Amino acid sequence: MSVLLYVEPNDELSLQALTLARGLGDVRAVALEGAYQPAAWAAALADAAQGADAIVAAGSDRGNELLAHVAARLDQPFAANVTTVDGDVVTRVRWGGSLLEEARLHGSPRILSVAPHTQPAAEPIQVETLTAADDGSPRVLERVEESTGGVSLRDAKVVVSGGRGVGSAEGFAIIEELAGLLGAAVGCSRVVTSAGWRPHTDQVGQTGTKISADLYVACGISGATQHIAGAKGAKKILAINNDPEAPILASADYAVIGDLHEIVPAISAELRKARGT
Amino acid sequence: MKILVCVKRVPITGGKIVLTDDEQEIRTLHLGFAISPHEECAVEEAVRIVEAGGGEVVVLTVGPAEAEEQLRDSMAIGADRGILIRTDGTEWDPQATAAAIVDAVRAEGGFDLILFGNESADAGNYQVGIRVAAALGLPVVTGLKKIEAGEGRVRCERDAGGARDVYEAPLPAVLTVLEGLNLPRYPSVPGRLRAKSKPLAVLEPARPASKLEKLRLVLPAGQGKQAEILGEGAAAAPRVVEVMQQLGVA
Repeated sequence: MSVLLYVEPNDELSLQALTLARGLGDVRAVALEGAYQPAAWAAALADAAQGADAIVAAGSDRGNELLAHVAARLDQPFAANVTTVDGDVVTRVRWGGSLLEEARLHGSPRILSVAPHTQPAAEPIQVETLTAADDGSPRVLERVEESTGGVSLRDAKVVVSGGRGVGSAEGFAIIEELAGLLGAAVGCSRVVTSAGWRPHTDQVGQTGTKISADLYVACGISGATQHIAGAKGAKKILAINNDPEAPILASADYAVIGDLHEIVPAISAELRKARGT
Repeated sequence: MKILVCVKRVPITGGKIVLTDDEQEIRTLHLGFAISPHEECAVEEAVRIVEAGGGEVVVLTVGPAEAEEQLRDSMAIGADRGILIRTDGTEWDPQATAAAIVDAVRAEGGFDLILFGNESADAGNYQVGIRVAAALGLPVVTGLKKIEAGEGRVRCERDAGGARDVYEAPLPAVLTVLEGLNLPRYPSVPGRLRAKSKPLAVLEPARPASKLEKLRLVLPAGQGKQAEILGEGAAAAPRVVEVMQQLGVA
């Protein structure tokens, strides 16, 4: 079976996709150059895929977008965020990873993206660079760098996060204090952003940021599946919650039971004591 | 501006997903339903654009009869009318969903702007908006956190890891958005009352065969950890700091 794989330069997720693609057959890896122009790039990919039995990319923003365009052009089904392939049956991610679906992919070529962090990365292979003809479709006109004050949520080693239990925007002062001591990013749950207590950029979750911290401290967060979808990339989770039955405990490695308004300042004080400051 | 917003009814899953015995659906007997989060922002954005510059907001869903609830919720915050593409309650695959929306758009004589969520909360297929745009021959920009609708054009921005990519598209266009685009308002009581009498059209196209055919749902392994309880209340602080030191983060 011949497989066309779209890769992005220096991209871990593309190398993970390569692992799954190799399991399907002989891989021809292609990249595209120039300003990102999804519909035009997809046209170039569809051209390059003539005769291929499968078209694969990472389940990244661009990977999913490009394959959706390719599938629309070819009028074929597209399975996004696949974890395994067995003949024409794929297992794919739903609910940001809280649920899996087995589905039959009736198309030819088979078009699928590979769910991030479900495969080991392969060694890089030779990549052919294609050029897409400008078809006048929307493309990136400019890239505006954002000056982010503080630690980025996505890359932070530690994230201290607050939920409904924090009670108010002002209540986040103790969360910020602890985060400051740990050099951590401040996060929050969807309830908090919906209430306007914190900006959406602080939200950890399926529709917010997916973190990859060494430690995630979840304060007053019940642990809805959509929140866990963003938090489960953390190596360790510490839940601080007054409800020992809260769902977050089923995803946590450590827990402290009680009122976060007492516990969080006590941890900050203990950290200061340990450092002699 | 005439704007269409496509929304999806999804269950509010809470802390734990439980499947039906036939493994085809999530058990929803005790669950509420909502509009998929990205699409809530799409409805809010459409209402703001029309509040500022005039026009009409039409909200559409492909779903069971009960999905009227999500259309009325959208009307309660300002959408003018609804289109319910009624299914028998089984899930339509992305191609079937897109085809039904395309037919409805053509029957309406088109829109200046068609908004989608970037992906639904439940199925997460990442493609319906792009398929609709392709079928209608319209430009599409996805994953947006900012939209500025101007005269005959729309300027939009998408997150690109510490930066923002800027796109422009001529109208009519299809845009897919992400939560964080705006902060959706809560419906007012008068808004809810007005929503009850706003027009709702119901279409019932035949369901095409699934090409991405759901066979069964599976709960991922490894759920249900046993958290180590470090203590209760403020007295647990020394133990917490000890753990943080062991993890090398304190």
